[in-house]
Amino acid sequence: MIGDILKGAPAVLNLGVGAFAEAIGEGGDAVLDIDWRPPAGGSREAGMELASLVNCPRVEAANRDAFERFLAADPAVTGIGSAIDVLPGMGARTILHAGAPVGWEDMCGPMRGAVLGAILFEGWADDLGAARSLAESGGIEFDSCHHHGAVGPMSGVTSPSMPLWIVENAAAGNAACSGLNEGLGKVLRFGANGPEVIERLRWMRDGLAGVLRRALGESGPIALKPLIAQALHMGDEAHNRNAAATSLLIKRLIPPALRSGADPDHVARSFAFMAGNDHFFINLSMAACKAMLDAARGVPFSSMVTAMARNGVEFGIQTSATGDRWFTAPAPIVDGLYFSGFGKADAARDIGDSAIAETAGLGGFAMAAAPAIVRFVGGSAGEAVAATREMRRITIGENPAFTLPILDFAAAPAGIDARKVADSGVLPIVNTGIAHRDAGVGQIGAGITAAPMACFVQAVRALHRELAGEGSDPA
Amino acid sequence: MAVETLLRRGLYRDSVSLMRLAAALEARPGVARASAAMATPANLEMLTGHGAAADGAEAGANDLLIAVEGEDRDVLAAALDEAAALLEGGDAPAASVAGAAAPPRPRSLAEAMDALPGASLALISCPGEYATAEAMKALRLGLDAMIFSDNVPVADEVALKREAEARGRLVMGPDCGTAIVGGVPLGFANRVRRGTVGVVGASGTGIQQVTCLIDRLGAGISHAIGTGGRDLSAEVGGTTTLRALAMLAGDAGTETVVLVSKPPDDAVMRRVLDAAAGVGKPAVACFVGADPPRELPANVRAAATLDEAAALAAGAAVPSDGADVPRAAGRSRLVGLFSGGTFCYEAQTVATPVLGRILSNAPLDPGDAVDRDPGGAHVMLDLGDDAFTRGRPHPMIDYGPRLERIRNAASAPDTAAILIDVVLGTGAHEDPAAALAPAIRALDGPVAVGSVCGTEADPQCLSRQEAALREAGMVVAGSNAGAARIAARIAAGAGGGP
Repeated sequence: MIGDILKGAPAVLNLGVGAFAEAIGEGGDAVLDIDWRPPAGGSREAGMELASLVNCPRVEAANRDAFERFLAADPAVTGIGSAIDVLPGMGARTILHAGAPVGWEDMCGPMRGAVLGAILFEGWADDLGAARSLAESGGIEFDSCHHHGAVGPMSGVTSPSMPLWIVENAAAGNAACSGLNEGLGKVLRFGANGPEVIERLRWMRDGLAGVLRRALGESGPIALKPLIAQALHMGDEAHNRNAAATSLLIKRLIPPALRSGADPDHVARSFAFMAGNDHFFINLSMAACKAMLDAARGVPFSSMVTAMARNGVEFGIQTSATGDRWFTAPAPIVDGLYFSGFGKADAARDIGDSAIAETAGLGGFAMAAAPAIVRFVGGSAGEAVAATREMRRITIGENPAFTLPILDFAAAPAGIDARKVADSGVLPIVNTGIAHRDAGVGQIGAGITAAPMACFVQAVRALHRELAGEGSDPA
Repeated sequence: MAVETLLRRGLYRDSVSLMRLAAALEARPGVARASAAMATPANLEMLTGHGAAADGAEAGANDLLIAVEGEDRDVLAAALDEAAALLEGGDAPAASVAGAAAPPRPRSLAEAMDALPGASLALISCPGEYATAEAMKALRLGLDAMIFSDNVPVADEVALKREAEARGRLVMGPDCGTAIVGGVPLGFANRVRRGTVGVVGASGTGIQQVTCLIDRLGAGISHAIGTGGRDLSAEVGGTTTLRALAMLAGDAGTETVVLVSKPPDDAVMRRVLDAAAGVGKPAVACFVGADPPRELPANVRAAATLDEAAALAAGAAVPSDGADVPRAAGRSRLVGLFSGGTFCYEAQTVATPVLGRILSNAPLDPGDAVDRDPGGAHVMLDLGDDAFTRGRPHPMIDYGPRLERIRNAASAPDTAAILIDVVLGTGAHEDPAAALAPAIRALDGPVAVGSVCGTEADPQCLSRQEAALREAGMVVAGSNAGAARIAARIAAGAGGGP
């Protein structure tokens, strides 16, 4: 109302010269000094567009809608299927990879190594030289996993006959898939493609996948939100630590696997394989996150981030309003801790679809749940709590399905709002493994990285254009 | 290269702790490579070379193996001693969980809305290129906005004020140096007594002068609303001034209204005077440097200077400047060095009728424009102008440039009077008198004349500053207009007394 300002003393938000806030505070009046820095990466033009979206009723309503769909998602693992059978649009000569689309000529070392391995695995070439010729010739169609309802860690390379977890969201009827985890060391997703790698992949397809398929047929769908929630209470953050979730999954699978009539040798080998890999669950975590986030896709005017993914060259994000469009920036080198004998100079750029975990409010966003790995964020449990709190600044809300004991069971922040990132300068943190820059060496460390600001600035500008293009007043 | 190992049986540490331990060892001079791991078969394979050294020890998955490699075995032994100490000590607790409990400071207006319940006004003093966006956010969040920042394009100002009108909010500024709302000082404000006079001003120092003089006369301020220097221009059309007048009209705590501005656009001035007529309370209009409006509404009285405006509003007479002023024999030139733009302008309007033409970077007559003191003529410079402040602090904060110009002016044989404004309050220099005193004491021939804009409650304390400046030899007047009148008399050779 006109003149409201003259009724009583104003409560002041101070932005800029700190001394002005001090003077107000000394007089005993209400004031808050904002820890301000130029928004939208310092671009005046983008900053103006961002301003027009702040407290914009259409965006607020769209975000509520998208976030509710995300919260309502009920992902459960229902089976195992071949990529060619279960992924929409998957071609017989298609190879999918992590992150935004990238051609053979631009792929990083680990991704190229994985592609060559996948060609050998599929039997499209007999040796690496022939595989390379095929990749270079244009005889393979490359595309982003995300474009086909899939996600993959590290290089994310997925070829037609690979077995995938099928995760269905009963609440909205959508599904998401991800491959079976090979373990650490010399594995395809890090670009290794030697005979032992191909051999392991073939056994996973011909042995492990069958055991899992029969076990799941016997058990019926396994709900993943309760399993992840339980794992968070056991010290996982469901990205860089999956030790608890892997154990819980194995516990769920053993009785039905034994009942299923599967070959006991295969069963024994399969469980030994899963038990030997504390990260086995990560692909299921990722598929669950993808299923939840895909439910929030396609809400016009929503600034909610629906994917963050890296292809080893670029870091890309997508938002609900802008569909399959990628907003990209050069992928960072991860600041982290390295295994003995390796250092930053050996590291590939940030790679993998696994940042879908952070997009869904897990991983770095749930850092407070995982004291065992807080060293990556600086060392103390306090810093892990601070990291989770920091992420709450940039989310639409919290996910009551995932609670954090150390925060008195507060819900984990979830639903990144691209506007809040651009406005605050607080970048989403991502817990991640670090790949060697050369194909096939494998993981050489782990740490945290941050999604680049430029991605969010582009997303905000695209949303601004969408509102302006509607010919509607953003108000 | 030699390898030394340390094996601790049955001791578990997580891999991240061990990576940090290895990194610490590798950082020691003389250690070429270090590794630390639980001695699982997979880890031993990865630690080729180092793992082999432990082969004879038959290490297993529950044993912790540390290996260091280097030329000097003593260095390696020392490194392993440190490793053992680190393993014994565990890890020193860093920030506790409780320590992280304090919520972080908000980074944006939107975020701050939740952190300060009842937030109603945004005080924006970020760099000008970002100020428009922040003010737009404030309006969209339902806040009133004061924009202290300058260098905001006039088109942005028009757009912001239009948006504010549409939303029923108030935008003060851009380039709004000061305001007092509900007793809360905003920006460069002085601690003035609360009272019944409401002020609307397009000039920051003009508002400071009027509010401080009203305080000095024993009256007080209900609200002082800044509008920004361009509000009364034809482009902006007085949007904020008109809204502020309407607000003060409806404010029960305001009994008298004062309007302060440099000369406004003619059409805008008429509109503003119409609005002043509608306030329904006694009003004073002070358009510094403008010819007094021919027809004034019945409730409005015109004041030529800020001290006159303050006196009319407080129901008092303008205090006397005093009869005697010092003499500056054989000297006739006036040099004014100001930190406040309105003070510079007001001093010209006061001194020009006495002395004639005065050169300035902000002259009454565009033909008298200069960008420095060329010597040989009366000159008044606004050192707060962008041209002087680019890349350095404002002259209200940094007296360096003024001290240098005082010395230069003093060295000219024709300089009779050096006229200075001193501004106190939030954001101003913490002890201006101390900064100025040596240069004033050193004057030999010219007379320093000045005024102090401030109150007893200001951190610098008005009476203390005035006493210190008098002690140094300055003729201290009660107002800027008064100081200009005295300085003009000195330069005109009308001085008397000692």
